[in-house]
Amino acid sequence: MNTASTAALAPPRHQIGLLAWIRANLFSSPVNAIVTVLSVWFLLMSVPAALNWLFFDANLEATSAQQCRQASGACWAFIREKHRLILFGIYPYDEQWRPLLATILLTGLIICSCIRWFWKAWLPLFWMAGLALVAVLMWGGVFGLSYVDNSMWGGLPLTLILATFGIAFAFPLGLLLALGRTSRLPAVKALCVVYIELIRGVPLISLLFMSSVMLPLFLPAGFNIDKLLRAQIAIILFAAAYIAETVRGGLQAIPKGQYEGAESLGLSYWQTMRMIILPQALKVVIPPLVSIFIALFKDTSLVVIIGIFDLTQAAKTALADASWRGFSAEAYLFIALIYFAYCYSISRYSRALERRLATDHER
Amino acid sequence: MASNNPVPRKPRRRLSWNDPFTRSIIYQVLILGLVAVAVWYLVSNTLYNLSARNISTGFGFLGREAGFAIGESSIDYSPRDTYGRAILVGLVNTLKVSIIGIVAATLLGTLIGVARLSKNWLIQRLAVAYIEVMRNIPLLLQLFFWYAIITETMPGPRQALNPVSGVFISNRGLKIPALTGDGLVWLFGGLGVVLVLMLCLARWARYRQQATGRIFPLFRVSFALIVLLPWLAAYLGGGGLQLELPELRGFNFVGGLTFSPELAALLAGLIIYTSAFIAEVVRSGIQAVGKGQWEAAEALGLSRARMMRLVILPQALRVIIPPMTSQFLNLTKNSSLAVAIGYPDIVSVVNTTLNQTGQAIEGILIIMAAYLTVSLSISVFMNWYNKRIALVER
Repeated sequence: MNTASTAALAPPRHQIGLLAWIRANLFSSPVNAIVTVLSVWFLLMSVPAALNWLFFDANLEATSAQQCRQASGACWAFIREKHRLILFGIYPYDEQWRPLLATILLTGLIICSCIRWFWKAWLPLFWMAGLALVAVLMWGGVFGLSYVDNSMWGGLPLTLILATFGIAFAFPLGLLLALGRTSRLPAVKALCVVYIELIRGVPLISLLFMSSVMLPLFLPAGFNIDKLLRAQIAIILFAAAYIAETVRGGLQAIPKGQYEGAESLGLSYWQTMRMIILPQALKVVIPPLVSIFIALFKDTSLVVIIGIFDLTQAAKTALADASWRGFSAEAYLFIALIYFAYCYSISRYSRALERRLATDHER
Repeated sequence: MASNNPVPRKPRRRLSWNDPFTRSIIYQVLILGLVAVAVWYLVSNTLYNLSARNISTGFGFLGREAGFAIGESSIDYSPRDTYGRAILVGLVNTLKVSIIGIVAATLLGTLIGVARLSKNWLIQRLAVAYIEVMRNIPLLLQLFFWYAIITETMPGPRQALNPVSGVFISNRGLKIPALTGDGLVWLFGGLGVVLVLMLCLARWARYRQQATGRIFPLFRVSFALIVLLPWLAAYLGGGGLQLELPELRGFNFVGGLTFSPELAALLAGLIIYTSAFIAEVVRSGIQAVGKGQWEAAEALGLSRARMMRLVILPQALRVIIPPMTSQFLNLTKNSSLAVAIGYPDIVSVVNTTLNQTGQAIEGILIIMAAYLTVSLSISVFMNWYNKRIALVER
């Protein structure tokens, strides 16, 4: 018996380190190998050309369109010239610190709502205060700020306002609709079902057209509501239907025992909802609600079609300038980056939140 | 001991606030009353405003002459036709975009969803990048981007890109070869006959397998039938088929199938956007099937294709179908964004009609009725399919 101990041999070279990883992940089977080769070829064709166009050949200092067109890369000078128009619309130039502050405030409001520490009972009041402050900043007329009519608002602050005010007002409405749809009163249930199915079956565009064309007909003569309010109402009604369906799913996930326990304690319907059912149901539906917010943020771009000056319309207006024609790709990439930054961060957060909430439920 | 429990009597209804039944009646009457008052207020305002602007109500305007041209239509239309026919053209356009979009987005989305689950690191990362980028940028922005690419960066027809023979991409749109000839009707007839034949063959094959255990090579036989029979029918019955290639004549192409820049941009945007969502749905469906199923199927010695078809996909489909339905509905509703890039779908046509005749309410009602009908049909079909593949539990 050989008891002499020998030094352990290192594993074979092709099983450790980078080579092993490449073999396992990129070339594990013939099909995989072919696909990897094709993808690498595709990337080699497209990525260097794209990087060249985006960064290396790009032009940042040009002062006129001709200079920019001579360069073969992207014309970021166009963005440098037009970024205030795209971001803030036709808001008076000297007062643009106000929409900037409003944007920061709204973004901060969204970020704070994501942090768990803020999930207290005073969060709705916090939102109300924040939104009121944004309204004061944008409109002005008080505290020495000059008055700016909302037909001059535009760009990123307007997109954020449409989305946050939309979700803030749609949430209570959606909650009531969900409670109405699961109610035992047949009249209330029928009304809520008709509303929800009607709104969910039609595209947002038709609701925007409806509100911009039909609301003036519905109101008595002489009563005018301006375009922005009409669009905001359409967005609120649209979001409320989707929030109602999501909350209804949450309500259905609550075990019947909770309702029965509340009844046995003698709680009334509203007391049951307020203290027992809704806290549990709302916690369950937070991830789907966040995805509704992301979808709403993207859908605010549709107000372009009824002529409201949001971020997408601001980009189109910047492109319409006769002395800077033909730079659509740069303008659209710029605002795509802004939308992507907001939506991607919120969706990453939502996925992390889902994971954290799921572990909460498991014992 | 004889049981002394009488049958519990129904509670007596008392006409008082304390009786829950009476209370519910009172609440419902109050709520219905409020809604009725609100509706009456709105309707009376509307009627007053309409008469003040001299606009008539009713759908009579549908019989009047339209007077505007429509960019592209699949059925015959001229500006002398009625508004009703114009709206029909818009509806056909919407259905065309929806059907092509749904089929293409499902295929592309399934491919990317499977790629997202691939063990190949490069493919998986590329799929993730595609999904994240396409999901987080608004659809309208993507449509504007594609439309700008096609109209601004594509060359004119004379210098059109020619990736494959017969396919031309220029700023006048996409042109592909078209099938024409008298045999076309026979081709589609033959296809229909083959489909019916396949259904009968499938039932017979299942019966034979249950009775004797012998497996019929259904997939290969159906594939052969689909490939051979329709062409045979076209050549034997009709006058044969020709492939019509687009040719450059003057300033544009003639012949072949045309996808105008608006249609091409709309389809590109819709398909790419929706395929990212469908990829996520497919991924979550396949991941919902437990690992034990994969391992058990492998232990039984099933090949990978059989494993997917018999074990994994039936279970994955149950999880995939409901969210997939809502993605189809979203695509149909999102096709209404065509009004922003000038493709004449139903919203665009009704919008023009609305502006010309002032019949706002009827126009909006037509749009809502059209979309509700399409949404409900898709929902009903998918619900039927869902019930068919649902797990039958106690």
